[in-house]
Amino acid sequence: MLEIKNLHASVEGQEILKGLNLTINAGEVHSIMGPNGSGKSTLAQVLAGRDSYEITEGEILFEGKDLLELEPEERACEGIFMAFQYPVEIPGVANTYLLREALNSVRKYRGEEPLKHIEFAKYAKQKMEVMQISDNLLKRAVNEGFSGGEKKRNEIFQMQVLEPKLAILDETDSGLDIDALKVVSDGVNALRSPERGFLVITHYQRLLDYIVPDFVHVLVDGKIVKTGGKELALELEDKGYGWVEEEKTAANS
Amino acid sequence: MSVDLEKLAEQEYKYGFVTDVDQEVAPVGLNKDVIRMISAKKEEPEWLLEWRLKAYEHWLTMKEPTWPNVDYPAIDYQAISYYAAPKNMPKLESLDDLDPEIKEAYDKLGIPLDEQKMLAGVAVDAVFDSVSVITTFKETLAEAGVIFCSISDAVREHPELVKKYLGFVVPSNDNFYAALNTAVFTDGSFVYIPKGVRCPMELSTYFRINAENTGQFERTLIIAEEGSYVSYLEGCTAPKRDENQLHAAVVELIAHKDATIKYSTIQNWYPGDSEGKGGIYNFVTKRGRCLGNNSHISWTQVETGSAITWKYPSCILEGDNSVGEFYSVALTNRKQQADTGTKMIHKGKNTSSTIISKGISAGFGQNTYRGLVEIGKDASGARNYTQCDSMLIGDKCGAHTFPYIEVKNSTAQMEHEASTSKIGEDQIFYCQQRGLSAEDAVSLIVNGFCKDVFKELPFEFAVEAEKLLSISLEGSVG
Repeated sequence: MLEIKNLHASVEGQEILKGLNLTINAGEVHSIMGPNGSGKSTLAQVLAGRDSYEITEGEILFEGKDLLELEPEERACEGIFMAFQYPVEIPGVANTYLLREALNSVRKYRGEEPLKHIEFAKYAKQKMEVMQISDNLLKRAVNEGFSGGEKKRNEIFQMQVLEPKLAILDETDSGLDIDALKVVSDGVNALRSPERGFLVITHYQRLLDYIVPDFVHVLVDGKIVKTGGKELALELEDKGYGWVEEEKTAANS
Repeated sequence: MSVDLEKLAEQEYKYGFVTDVDQEVAPVGLNKDVIRMISAKKEEPEWLLEWRLKAYEHWLTMKEPTWPNVDYPAIDYQAISYYAAPKNMPKLESLDDLDPEIKEAYDKLGIPLDEQKMLAGVAVDAVFDSVSVITTFKETLAEAGVIFCSISDAVREHPELVKKYLGFVVPSNDNFYAALNTAVFTDGSFVYIPKGVRCPMELSTYFRINAENTGQFERTLIIAEEGSYVSYLEGCTAPKRDENQLHAAVVELIAHKDATIKYSTIQNWYPGDSEGKGGIYNFVTKRGRCLGNNSHISWTQVETGSAITWKYPSCILEGDNSVGEFYSVALTNRKQQADTGTKMIHKGKNTSSTIISKGISAGFGQNTYRGLVEIGKDASGARNYTQCDSMLIGDKCGAHTFPYIEVKNSTAQMEHEASTSKIGEDQIFYCQQRGLSAEDAVSLIVNGFCKDVFKELPFEFAVEAEKLLSISLEGSVG
C-alpha cells in the first residue's frame, strides 16, 4: 500500500532523510526505531505532507498514487492518519466539532453523505468506550488543558473514528504511564486488520510489547540500516543503537 | 501544496449589488438650507430643527479627530450628499405598497420583509439610505406596549419621548461625528419598552446604503423602562463602489432601574477591494446610560466590514449595581483598518463591567483595540474584567492595543488580560491532517477564538456571524 523509494528530505538546507526505502503492505505493522535526530519524526511529517520539508529526491506511492502531489488534507482523505507526537491545542473549538467536520470532509471526498449530528454522536459513542474518552473530554476544546495521557488517547480515538488505511503513530508512547500506554495500545490493536497498515515510530521497545510489530526497522542518520522481526527491538533495547551503528561501520570498512 | 499565509486572493463581497430605484437626492454639500430641507422632508417640529442647526454651528467649530490609529485621505464634507430617499415614497400602509425593487434588495440580503417568511420572533425595521422603508410586526409589538418604529415616525407619533431622550446620552456637541450626525441624521430606529415588559421578540434593523456619493447618518434611540428587557440587533451592508462612503451613526441606549438592553451588531459594510479602493468609513458613536439601580447594558459587536471603523460602544454605569458588558469581534482583512473598543465609566456603587475583545488581522489589515475603564471616586466596590486577545494571520498585518485605566476609588477590583497570537501553522496542519482544507481550518480556528463573543449573540445570528467570519476570511490563506 505504501512504497517509499530513495527518499531524500531536507529542512532549511540540511538533509535529514538520505535515501530511505520502505514498503508497507496492507495488514502489516512496521516499527521504526532509532536514536534522536535520526529522522523518525521527519519521515512521519513528510508522509503527512508537512510543507516545511523539502523533498529533493525519491518518491512515495500510496496505493499507486504519487503521494507527494497531494495536499495534506487529500492525503488524510485518501486514508493516511498521523497520531501527533505533540497534538496542538485549538482553543474554543470543541473536540467533537473538529472530529465531525473532519469525518464529514473525508466522507465527502469519498462521495458519501455527511453524518448528521445524532448519527455522528452514536458512531463516536462506541469508539469513546474503547478509548475511555468521557463526554466531557469530547466537549472540551481540542487538546486544551488535556493531560499528556488524554492527548494521546484522544489521538487514537480520532484514529478510531476516521478509520484510516494507513496509520502513522509518531512516538505515541512518549509521556504515557503504563495504564495509559495500555489503553492506547488496546485502541491501536482493535484497529489492526488485514486491510490496514501501521507505521509505529518509537524510541523505546516498551510500546512494542503491546503493539507487536511484524517488522522492526532501525533508522540511523536518515537511512534504514537494519530490518528484522519483533526480536530486533529486544536486541536494540539490550545493546543500544550504538551496536547497530558499529555493525554498520564494520560492514562498510 | 504549501499553506501560504501571506497570499491574499480576491474574495467577492456578496452584498455588493446596486438596486435601481428612483432616488431623491439632496444636492451635495452641507449648509443650513440642506438641514432645513431634511427637517422639512421629515415634517419635523421646530425644536428639532433648532437642535440640528445648533449642532451644525457647533460642528463648524470642531476638528475631525486625528488620534485614531487609522490612516485615510481627508474627507471633503462638502462633496457628500446628506439625504437620499427612494422617490415617491408614500407612507406605507402595508408591504404591498413597498417598491418591489427595494423588497427584492432585502430578499437578496436574506432579509425577507414579508412577515410570513421571516424568522419567527424577529421584528425588522428596514432602513434604505436615508429612510426607514418598513417596520414589521408593529401590531404584535403594540399589543405588548412596545413601540418599534423609525425615528422619523417616533418624532411625529411620540414627540414627548423623543424630546425627552434624544441627545440624553450623546449630547449634540459630544464629538465631531456625533455633532455632524445631529445636524443631518435622517432615519434610524426607535424602541420604547414600557415598565415591566419583556419584549416578546428580537428587534432588528437592517441598514442598507444604496445611493452613490451619499452619507448615511442614522440615529437609534432605545429606552427600556423600569424592569423591562429588550434584545436588539442591527445589520449593515452596502454596494461595492470605488468611492469611499461615510456612515456616521449615533446610537443612544437608556436603561432604567432593573432594565436590561442587549444590543448586537453585525457590521458588514462594503470593506473595499484588495487594493484598498472604496469601502465605507464607519465612524460611529454608541453609548448607553445605565441610569437605574441594577440596570444592565450589553454590547455585542461583530465587525467584519468597512474600510475604516472608528467606534467605541460605551456604558455609563450610574445606577448602583449596574452592569456594563462589551463583547467584540473585529476582523480586518485586505487593507481594512479598525480602531474600536469601549468605554466603561463607573459612577454608581458596586457597578461591574466586562470587556471581551477579539481582534483578528489578516492580509494588510490593521486592528486596534482602544478601551477606557474609569472608576469614579464614588464608585466604591466597582469591578472590571478586561480580556483583550489579538490574532494575526500572516505577517503583513498588525494588532495594536491601547487600554486606558483610570481608578479614583481604592476599593475597585480591576483585572486585565491580554494576548497576541499568530494563527499557528501547527494548528492548520493538524486540522489538515484530519481532512480539512487549509481555508476551513483557518475558519474553524478563528471561530474558536471568537467563541466567547459569539455565544453572546442571539442564536440565529450567532450562526450568521460564524458564516460571515468564514466568508470574510476567504482568501486569507492561499
